Amino acid sequence: METLIETLLGGLMLGALYALFGLGLSLSLGVMKMINIAHGDLIVLGAYLCSTVMQLAGVGPFVSLIAVVPMMFVFGYVLQRVLLNRVVGKGTLSSLLLTFGVSIVLQNVLQEIFTADTRSLQAGDLALHGFDIAGVSVGLLPLLSTLISVLIFAGTSWLIGHSHLGRQARAIADDPGTARLVGVNDRNFFALVTGFVLAVIALAAVMYGIRTPFSPTAGPERLLYSFEAVVLGGLGNVWGTFIGGLIIGVAQLFGTKISSGLGPFFGHLVFLIALLARPQGLLGRTQR
Amino acid sequence: MLRTDRLDAYYGLFQALFDLTFQVAPGETVALIGSNGAGKSTLLRSIVGSVRVRHDGVLLDDKAVGGEPERKQLGRGIALVPEGRRLFPSLTVRENLQLAARNGRQGPWSIDRLMREFPVMEAFQHRPATALSGGQQQLVALSRALVCNPSYLLCDEISLGLSPVAVNEVYDLLGRARSDGLAVVLVEQNVKRALAESDRYYCIQKGRVVLHGSSETADQAQVAQAYFGI
Repeated sequence: METLIETLLGGLMLGALYALFGLGLSLSLGVMKMINIAHGDLIVLGAYLCSTVMQLAGVGPFVSLIAVVPMMFVFGYVLQRVLLNRVVGKGTLSSLLLTFGVSIVLQNVLQEIFTADTRSLQAGDLALHGFDIAGVSVGLLPLLSTLISVLIFAGTSWLIGHSHLGRQARAIADDPGTARLVGVNDRNFFALVTGFVLAVIALAAVMYGIRTPFSPTAGPERLLYSFEAVVLGGLGNVWGTFIGGLIIGVAQLFGTKISSGLGPFFGHLVFLIALLARPQGLLGRTQR
Repeated sequence: MLRTDRLDAYYGLFQALFDLTFQVAPGETVALIGSNGAGKSTLLRSIVGSVRVRHDGVLLDDKAVGGEPERKQLGRGIALVPEGRRLFPSLTVRENLQLAARNGRQGPWSIDRLMREFPVMEAFQHRPATALSGGQQQLVALSRALVCNPSYLLCDEISLGLSPVAVNEVYDLLGRARSDGLAVVLVEQNVKRALAESDRYYCIQKGRVVLHGSSETADQAQVAQAYFGI
């Protein structure tokens, strides 16, 4: 029984991280109708940036975020302004092709700079702390990352529902042409969104890098999990992505319990079954 | 004075406006009359920047402003009420207005004033904008342009598909805006109404001005001929 609860909790906490991976994808899909194939590679880039800052400044992974989050925001803003804005609104294929290219370039640049060796982020003592509640042990680090994920989702959801930024986001998602008519600067807004997405990616990357060793080619797998979280939850629904992430995480951990190599497979399996049963996603609308 | 000078406009390779010269003075109401596809909407969209045109094709107080993005024109006081209302379904009535007001200019028209003048709108302010009736939606669409406090208000088919009562309500709101000194450019299918509401008119046919003059002395037969292009 304890192992069952432990697996479930572990799955939920892993899922909260996947959800955080998916949030950025969900936002760029919702606002810009753009699928960013380089999303996973950007997560890996974030992890390498943290690793580099940690080495240079001699700080821990969470402190390194003070530098990495702004760096990633600026990188996202510039990437959108200079490159990705060229394909927004030109159909899904253009953005798929372009970001596929970005993905290949990123992987190769990372390999060139950091070699193909795996790395991980050392969290020191923090990684060892944990609680024991009624025989169920919970690590401090997964708990912390879950908390951060929930906070980011709550914050994003509030922003979308109640701020001027959120009104712009919803207006652009509804009808970009008319959003421009009421004075929305869509090009700049897209850049802000991508900046925000990359800042969130930086947070997710730290928790990912502490948890799992990474290498320059680890991106596509992250992309896959993010994508599953987004599609499973239903397109254009932030909390849907959160729940989607949780389900994938739980499925993977239970899969790992059944056979250690089958974790991702079970994640995909649950994704497939859920999609067959509810093609629009769990919280998705049937039609727009 | 807002005017276009020998304006050409294109959709890809298709030329929609030819050498079109048109003007509207501050406080004046001008009607654009013409059949479907004549280029009336294209003219309005070219002025606000939704269709890219030559820089010196559109002039505001003799300053070239053509081809600049919508938000720049809105900042200069040129606002468009698009055909089909185009409210944002994911935003409430109030949010539709808030979004526009934030990007517009300061002036006499505020969200609070509109809510006061239209209690119906106040009652529905927290509903999704597209949950309203057509007439109410059109009032919101017109209000969304008004809260930007434009000097020039371009209205594309604001009475299309509305009941006669709703049409009167919409024109009532437009009348209040005009009495505040707004210049209005009106695209209207109902020729009689268009002439009754305006000071001057332009007949547009296949992207060219074929007839223009004072609405009061307009010859119905001549306008009809220009309209249908017989």
